[in-house]
Amino acid sequence: MSRYLIRRLVLLVPTLLGVSIVVFVLVRLLPGDAVSLQLQDAKATAADEAALRAQLGLDRPVVLQYFDWLGNLLRGDLGHSFRSHQPITTELANRIPVTAELGVLALIIAAFLATIVGIISAVRQDTWADYTGRSVAIGLLAIPGFWLGTLVVTLPSVWWHWTPPLQYARLTVDPIKNLSIVIVPAVILGLGLSGGLMRLIRTQMLEVLRQDFIRTATAKGLTENATIVRHALKNAFIPALTVLGLQVALLVSGTVVLESIFVLPGMGRYLLEAVQSRDYPAIQGLNLLFATVIVLTNLVVDLLYGWLDPRVRYT
Amino acid sequence: MSVQQVTLEPVARSRAMPAARRPVAGPSAVRGLRGFVLGKPLGAFGAVLILLFLVLAAGAQWLAPYPYDIGTAADRLQWPSLAHPFGTDANGRDLLSRVIWGARVSVTIGFGAVLISTVIACVVGIGSGYFGGWIDLLVQRVVDVWISFPALVLLVSLVAIVGPGLWSTTLVLGILLAPGTARVVRSAVLGMRHQPYVESARCVGAGHWRIVRRYVLPNVSAAILVLATTQLGAAILAESTLSFLGYGVPPPFPTWGAMLSGTGRAYMLQSPWLSIWPGLAISAAVFGFNMLGDALRDVLDPRLRGR
Repeated sequence: MSRYLIRRLVLLVPTLLGVSIVVFVLVRLLPGDAVSLQLQDAKATAADEAALRAQLGLDRPVVLQYFDWLGNLLRGDLGHSFRSHQPITTELANRIPVTAELGVLALIIAAFLATIVGIISAVRQDTWADYTGRSVAIGLLAIPGFWLGTLVVTLPSVWWHWTPPLQYARLTVDPIKNLSIVIVPAVILGLGLSGGLMRLIRTQMLEVLRQDFIRTATAKGLTENATIVRHALKNAFIPALTVLGLQVALLVSGTVVLESIFVLPGMGRYLLEAVQSRDYPAIQGLNLLFATVIVLTNLVVDLLYGWLDPRVRYT
Repeated sequence: MSVQQVTLEPVARSRAMPAARRPVAGPSAVRGLRGFVLGKPLGAFGAVLILLFLVLAAGAQWLAPYPYDIGTAADRLQWPSLAHPFGTDANGRDLLSRVIWGARVSVTIGFGAVLISTVIACVVGIGSGYFGGWIDLLVQRVVDVWISFPALVLLVSLVAIVGPGLWSTTLVLGILLAPGTARVVRSAVLGMRHQPYVESARCVGAGHWRIVRRYVLPNVSAAILVLATTQLGAAILAESTLSFLGYGVPPPFPTWGAMLSGTGRAYMLQSPWLSIWPGLAISAAVFGFNMLGDALRDVLDPRLRGR
């Protein structure tokens, strides 16, 4: 187990290094480089441009730039934003809580909905409840989050002159206002994630419910609820966990879209702004952070898998 | 947004199974089709939906009642009527025509991207799984990096580099969708590398190319077909998200995603139907591909069920 853990952790290094190189190169391939974009409104001379380029460190060879960045990165310094001139770590620290809150809320909503609908669908297989649940799941998979978001922003204001609040408040400053803002995009994001999860939990439950130990549990007089919760759900939930890990990648993409619709000052919107203004250090930092979160989640999920299901052997 | 990254167990050793459960008279193709429709009504419904979108995409210039890019100011923001069944937009353009033309963009990008992704995935997956050893180790680390990128982030950056357009979006989406399939193909090939039929082919002196073409590919084709169908839905969803964010095919060409995006939002308050039709079109197309993919999976590759 510890050998497995060490191997997985060692494998993280080349993966993240690869990500950092790809991001670094990608950013520098973006057409319209950061310097000319910053100077386009002012009457800048070639000397000004060269000065700014030197100030931002962009006059050095790309390979050296990369190793500078990597060296600073290892010391916990992600560089300074080209636009705000603030350290990227500060910029990210301001935005991580917004996105994390949205993501965690969405995951909770998705898991909650998917578990309930999945169980009902499996236990009442081939009844109208099952058909409704499955149709809803299939529908949720096909409806794009940005459409649902757009509808929520427009339709209620047409019908009842109600618009979701768009003036953001921090969780620490005004928790109630903050939740009332974040809950709408979180529900939309959660609904989008729950479709696949619902279907998975249903099929897993169906499989588990046919096993001998469930018959034993029923035979010894356990109520249906106890059988489902204590015996069936536990076993059905393990495969769902792996999918939850994969969902994190989807979640990241979802936050980008919903943050821009609901004007939340999170990392997703920051990324779109950074790409727009060619803020190299910001794009690099964001990508690396997102990739790290995805890679680590998958590692944690794999480890949890073995802990929850001792039959899984690590090799 | 969902470019789904599908990770599946090694499968694909299964052979295609006939769909028909009960004997029906007629040629086998008709019988198979009939069995599919009876056994998988939802899948058949999905297929019909897809067929509809294909017809719309192919015949847009004949089927659309108005041009997609010319509107008259007098017709601005009309309610749905007989002349304009879906209403008109802020430029007086007929929305039905724009949704029909939008099908062409979505279908072209969807099929193009999945074709590219499948070809890349086969080359990478078969190469990695078949040769194994250090090639496999190296390739899999690259795939690790590829998979670890948040999809949308990579999409936005790549499209900004290549420049927005029909072909660049297709290419970028294709590259992005490939690693998931590549993983599946690799594990399938890895499983069959030491199967007796591959070994015996090697013994009689078949070269790598012949073994891959004659023995390996036919055995992974079912899994690839199933994955490709589901990926079509994912590709269309991703394309529309990209267009929505302003990184898709540039105007005036109509895409479903762009029709829902920011500039139109102000008008949606006065004319809600602006936000209805393009979204419905996306959902219906994705729904169709998902349903067909599910049904194909059940028929061709039952071991993938529930994944």
